[in-house]
Amino acid sequence: MTRNPLVGELPFPEAARRELSREQLRRNLRSATHTIRDKRARMVAEVPDWEELRVAGSAIKADVLARLPELLTRFEAAATAAGARVHWARDAAEACAIVTRLVRETGTDEVVKVKSMATQEIGLNEALEAAGITALETDLAELIVQLADDTPSHILVPAIHYNRSEIRDIFRERMAGTDPDLTDDPRALAEAARRYLRERFLSAKVAVSGANFAVADTGTLVVLESEGNGRMCLTLPETLISVVGIEKLVPTFADLEVFLQLLPRSSTGERMNPYTSMWTGVTSGDGPQDVHIVLVDNGRTATLADEVGRQALHCIRCSACLNVCPVYERVGGHAYGSVYPGPIGAVLTPQLTGVAANRSLPFASTLCGACFDVCPVRIDIPQVLVHLRQQAVDERRGHPSAERTAMRAATWIMSAGRRYTRVLRIARRATRPLAALLRRRTVRRLPWPLSAWTAERDAPLPAGESFRDWWARSREGS
Amino acid sequence: MDARTEILDRIRSALGNGAAPPPVPRDYLRTAECADPVELLTERLADYRATVRHCGPGELAATLAAVLADDPRLAVPYDLPGEWLTGYRGEVARDGDPAPLTVAELDDASAVLTGCAIAIATTGTIVLDAGPAQGRRALTLVPDHHVCVVRTDQIVAGVPDAVAALDPRRPLTWISGPSATSDIELNRVEGVHGPRRLDVVLVR
Repeated sequence: MTRNPLVGELPFPEAARRELSREQLRRNLRSATHTIRDKRARMVAEVPDWEELRVAGSAIKADVLARLPELLTRFEAAATAAGARVHWARDAAEACAIVTRLVRETGTDEVVKVKSMATQEIGLNEALEAAGITALETDLAELIVQLADDTPSHILVPAIHYNRSEIRDIFRERMAGTDPDLTDDPRALAEAARRYLRERFLSAKVAVSGANFAVADTGTLVVLESEGNGRMCLTLPETLISVVGIEKLVPTFADLEVFLQLLPRSSTGERMNPYTSMWTGVTSGDGPQDVHIVLVDNGRTATLADEVGRQALHCIRCSACLNVCPVYERVGGHAYGSVYPGPIGAVLTPQLTGVAANRSLPFASTLCGACFDVCPVRIDIPQVLVHLRQQAVDERRGHPSAERTAMRAATWIMSAGRRYTRVLRIARRATRPLAALLRRRTVRRLPWPLSAWTAERDAPLPAGESFRDWWARSREGS
Repeated sequence: MDARTEILDRIRSALGNGAAPPPVPRDYLRTAECADPVELLTERLADYRATVRHCGPGELAATLAAVLADDPRLAVPYDLPGEWLTGYRGEVARDGDPAPLTVAELDDASAVLTGCAIAIATTGTIVLDAGPAQGRRALTLVPDHHVCVVRTDQIVAGVPDAVAALDPRRPLTWISGPSATSDIELNRVEGVHGPRRLDVVLVR
């Protein structure tokens, strides 16, 4: 059994510690996230009605969730009428089984893929491989990650953790036919990927994609991309299979006027991404004639049941929240253990899997709120984080916990003024020799179990005099 | 229970008897204001490193001939106006006349010449909808050099204007500059799988 793409091998704090020791990674991430956040800020500042667009985007998504059964069936009817075949999948395994069956029916054992979070989430490549089908990622960053036998670390730029010379090394070692003298000039790297993939695009029989948006009224699917690999996959093969989360709907074609303004500026910091493809079922003589759409639940309905948490389903996968997050910038995407990293991952992942499988993720944040400020659909990520933290704690109620025991003791001490004063006085007297000995007011290392605190930071010693004591003393004479 | 029924049931029970959501506030600009759409489009396209040329209707054939001077083999949609090609000296392959070009034939063409459905000034975007003089989607994808003729009356100001003018039942391709990637250190590099050169000819 391959590992669940939504659950890491280690809890976040341990994985984060591992990642923090990688200096090159941190340099790469810092440089990349700062580049993109500056570009985004410039592009957003250009739009006079940005806030109004955000408000509309958020409201459209809330409306979609409230009317989801009606809109899904409308989408299904419209897409079917236009010649697509619509399939439904309750979970990852069912979605993978459907895609595998559809690929097998075409008689091919190789598919080209457009970058898609939904297929990452369901572990499609691994499932296809187990069925003897090779899935070739064609997005440049996905290709790098696939060649390196690595996992993505960013929603938009899965290879953000590699710099140009590391990418050159991966190409030289692992991409068949690569010139051994390939330089690390980004142009040369892009050219190398173009050459490697060109023949494969031109001969591909089956493509697998996701979709950024699915229009309920018309049955239209929309894919935004940059390189043209998307167009290659969506246009040249005979069969196209699109895996789409049920929350990707928008009610009408006109609603795209909001999202096509919000998404490119938020994600790549461009006025518009180089290519956007929109297709409705089958068009005779133009593009794939065998078109399938797999609608996937995989935890979305469970997320929908939570009135606070459901706003995570508004996400349009722009990744702006990753790029501004002080935690993401330092630990990188792998620390989150999920294909959805960063702030949105910390709220989406535990809801898709159930909090029990990802207890530590809601704590992977400083709650600074930068993610909410940049979110193009106004997901209040800090609010959902706090909400999920409560769930994570509630889930363990009844189990013994050092934190809870300590908090209970503190509650008892602090709930009576005299008791609190007395305890502080005792603590001050007890630590006075230590403060004199150390000649400073902090302790760097405490014995177990308090060592858990001092492993990450110093512990302050009680002040030499409390405010109340000082107040009482300084007023004595007056 | 089949997956469809079960998913729809799960959604209904997740939603419970929640109140209907409030209407969507649409206080954003439905029609972008733009003093000079031609100038803005030119500027935006240049930002994407597309090349823009302006000409009058009588100069189109000569302008296209100059833009395509280095392209020996040109793919065009079957319904491309003949007068656009009167100055072109290379070999012309018409898609669908008599038969659709194979992928190998498309790959063999060094350039493709089309019109467009509309162009969006604010974002520097050209939209193709497989309508007149545009052909099918593969045509503008495989050749490495795309030359696109835009009439100034096809330019709209903003994205909402464009969405309102387009028909979703047609296959739509929105093109904003040549193919590019930001996957290496998040810096934009032009030229990956789609056409690496985009030349736009704006006809008054």
